[in-house]
Amino acid sequence: MRESIWLRRFLIFLAATFLFVMLIMPLILVVKEALAKGFEVYFKALTDEFALKALYLTVEATILAIALNTIFGLASAWLLTKFDFRGKTFLGSLIDLPFAISPVIAGLFFIMLFGRMSPLYPILQEYDVAIVFAIPGIILATVFVTFPFITRELVPVMESQGRSEEEAAATFGASGWTIFRRVTLPNIKWALGYGIILCSARAMGEFGAVSVVSGHIRGKTNTLPLHIEILYNEYNFTAAFAVASVLVMLAIFVLILRNVVEYYSKDIEREEVVEPSADLKVGVANG
Amino acid sequence: MVEVEVRNVNKTFGNFKASDNVSFEIERGKLIGLLGPSGSGKTTILRMIAGLETPDSGEIYIGGRKVNDLPPGERGIGFLFQSYALFKHMTVFENIAFGLTVQKKSKEEIKSRVEELAELIGLKNFTRRYPLQLSGGQRQRVAFARALAPNPELLLLDEPFAAIDAKVRQELRGWLKKTIHQLGITAIFVTHDQDEAVEVADEIIITNRGRVEQAGVPIEIYQSPKTPFVAKFIGESVQVPDYTIFKGFEGYEQHEGILRPEFLEIGATIEEMPQPMPVTTERGIVRGTYFRGSTIQIDIEVKGQLLRGFRGLEQPPLHEGDLAFVFIHKIYGFDGDKTQVIENAAKFRESVII
Amino acid sequence: MFGKNDVIPGRRLTFGITLTFVSLFLFIPLCAFVLFASGMGIEKFWSAVTDWRNVHAYGVSFFCALVAGLINAMFGLVIAWVLVRYDFRGKKIMDALIDLPFALPTAVAGIALTTLYAQNGLLGQFFYSVGIESAFSPMGITIALVFVGIPFVARSVQPVLKDLDPQLEEAANLFGTGNWTIFSRIILPELVSPLLTGFALAFARGIGEYGSVVFIAGNMPYETEIAPLMIMTKLEQFDYQSAAAIAIVMMCLSLAILLGIHGWQSRQLKRIGGVVSA
Ligand SMILES: Nc1ncnc2c1ncn2[C@@H]1O[C@H](COP(=O)(O)OP(=O)(O)OP(=O)(O)O)[C@@H](O)[C@H]1O
Ligand SMILES: [Mg+2]
Repeated sequence: MRESIWLRRFLIFLAATFLFVMLIMPLILVVKEALAKGFEVYFKALTDEFALKALYLTVEATILAIALNTIFGLASAWLLTKFDFRGKTFLGSLIDLPFAISPVIAGLFFIMLFGRMSPLYPILQEYDVAIVFAIPGIILATVFVTFPFITRELVPVMESQGRSEEEAAATFGASGWTIFRRVTLPNIKWALGYGIILCSARAMGEFGAVSVVSGHIRGKTNTLPLHIEILYNEYNFTAAFAVASVLVMLAIFVLILRNVVEYYSKDIEREEVVEPSADLKVGVANG
Repeated sequence: MVEVEVRNVNKTFGNFKASDNVSFEIERGKLIGLLGPSGSGKTTILRMIAGLETPDSGEIYIGGRKVNDLPPGERGIGFLFQSYALFKHMTVFENIAFGLTVQKKSKEEIKSRVEELAELIGLKNFTRRYPLQLSGGQRQRVAFARALAPNPELLLLDEPFAAIDAKVRQELRGWLKKTIHQLGITAIFVTHDQDEAVEVADEIIITNRGRVEQAGVPIEIYQSPKTPFVAKFIGESVQVPDYTIFKGFEGYEQHEGILRPEFLEIGATIEEMPQPMPVTTERGIVRGTYFRGSTIQIDIEVKGQLLRGFRGLEQPPLHEGDLAFVFIHKIYGFDGDKTQVIENAAKFRESVII
Repeated sequence: MFGKNDVIPGRRLTFGITLTFVSLFLFIPLCAFVLFASGMGIEKFWSAVTDWRNVHAYGVSFFCALVAGLINAMFGLVIAWVLVRYDFRGKKIMDALIDLPFALPTAVAGIALTTLYAQNGLLGQFFYSVGIESAFSPMGITIALVFVGIPFVARSVQPVLKDLDPQLEEAANLFGTGNWTIFSRIILPELVSPLLTGFALAFARGIGEYGSVVFIAGNMPYETEIAPLMIMTKLEQFDYQSAAAIAIVMMCLSLAILLGIHGWQSRQLKRIGGVVSA
């Protein structure tokens, strides 16, 4: 099938225009609005006490979500790919559940668990532990919405690698930790990196779930996206866009990082393709 | 002295019986070939000996020690995987050294051992390469060296030549046999190629549908197959539904059997035959001739049954449609799940039952 | 599940960690929700579910997500087509850019789109001058949902288009078949499945989307309120039961979409399998 040059041009034009209008223009607009009142106002908005606190909380929640999800992702992927047991498919679907649930509903779950009508509420009150409308709630909600990311990236890669390298290591009496560190980890490091990138992008940008559990206490339970909302609703547009521009930069950084990781992992694949014999791959399914 | 003993081992996957009451013994220092068709349970047996799979019942002994409850790392074995399973992200050096680093050997010790093995496998200059930068044969040898590094008593090799092209395979076979005997260790290798088993192994164990059909030295298996399966599986053969139709084999109760090409004598004239008597010689029509390098294969129809035999290149040629004479020396007759060798009555006037 | 004969170690450890995390972050919250919802009583549940304002909100969420999904299916196909089949300057950037909606916080997208499409916005000017309300209207909601859904279709069509067997087309070319026929008879059928998957993902995401929509929606009762917003509203009024009831309706809706697509695809696969074996 050979399309005419005009059809080609038209299609490229169509795609480019669509992406320009839908993606590029909003980005440009953020920068433009952020700098609308000059650099001084811009920097003032960024160094505002509440903005910094929100940034701090966002970073805190993101790092915690990454840490927890990395541990969970590695453990669950190892469990799902290295062993056979009943209920494996069910476990896999359960882990994917947060993808199918609206973040607002995810937030609702935690309100139901720790909020006022929860049976746990009196106990929490007694020990003076605040979860909902406090930082722990924000972290819980963030972990929930990013829960499947790393597992999802690791499982297909580990599945295709098979178990034979780990078994080979086991025949030498290597410990679990040695097998993981020296044999498995080098094989999955790019997938893990990719999963962490996706996880952090989502964690720092999460709005719906965090909005439900935060209680919008300025300077205390606001993350950057929530801070933007407050500024925007106060008609403080310049400040809102100034803070937004920070997140735009982070998003672009994430995209670049993502492509770098993809490039390197492809690089390895390419090396494999060039090699004439594909027996390393073929043998993977050998029982 | 017995190095490996497998006693009444059973293994099922789901409701599929991968090992069915498997028993055999292997003497120290022997190179054993585990031969059988695909899916017959060879890998399963090997993996159970290695401890990579757990038998449902039965015992496994290595060096006189029951190893059923020992993890693979404590069985004193080296395992060469069908796909080699080299560590992709380690160099050849690191791959070979892996077993030694796990044992926390000193740096110098590891270095000298790896160099020694690299020398042995002829890859002294390749130790810095990664597995993906090696050819199939080189990878195979690295996997071999890696398995040998911690000085195992027993080496288990799962289809060590499967992923290698024919010519390199030929070289590696000879190399493997020589090296293993030189090291004086016991080794079991899996193969589904009978030429390979016959050429390399001191003894062969034949598996079929999870069972051990026969074990013994190659020549014995070849000359006296115990079961119909072994008779059919080893060597070239033509199965005949009723061998009592042939001269010299009349009057047996069982009818089914197989003929090997070398059991047939084919002559262009009656004078060529070893026993030039019409009573013992069948007549047949040549249905096809095939040049097979050192011999010529003749497909010949005798009494409605297509048989196969060989003729030397120096003998007068036969052509399709020619009339020819056939003398059948012997037949492997089936008797239930046993096989017996039946000699032509014209030769001995009685059958030899094994 | 004991695994005392495992060759590869770590079954207990990874099982322990996985189970702890799944219980703590998924299962217990889910159970709390189910427990709470089941204690609500059928009457209260039904009145919350059928409250006209809520019903309207489901409708807005559903239709806007549907339209946005369709728009994304169309443009996603064009984008994937252009990226796989053509070479042009800026292709790499375009390829990388598609994932922006995954990386950009939804709140940022929300305020940016609102400003862009509002009456005095850069693009809104045009729309309003011809009498189209491009913000604070269902159209605004749809625009926001198009934004968040862009990667889904393009990313699921792209690999399939890449792996399409070129021999099929070459064979058709030999018969002198026209471009449109080749596309509609040979290529498009192969793309139906990934298109549908991408569409379903975008659709399901659209129904649950909140961050990018609240700003541009305007949130007028009976007009531009979306279902997730109703949950928020109910929560602010401490009407937890209604919030839970709406959540249940939304979850059923998403589940129905995902299961429906899944069922359709497996039926389709069977049919193709049947043809091959026949
Ligand atoms: N982990 C497993 N789960 C289920 N079935 C298995 C497993 N491993 C082996 N089997 C089955 O057991 C049978 C024997 O397998 P095995 O790998 O031992 O055969 P093999 O003789 O090595 O064959 P090949 O020459 O093809 O490698 C096969 O039918 C296979 O399908
Ligand atoms: Mg095998």
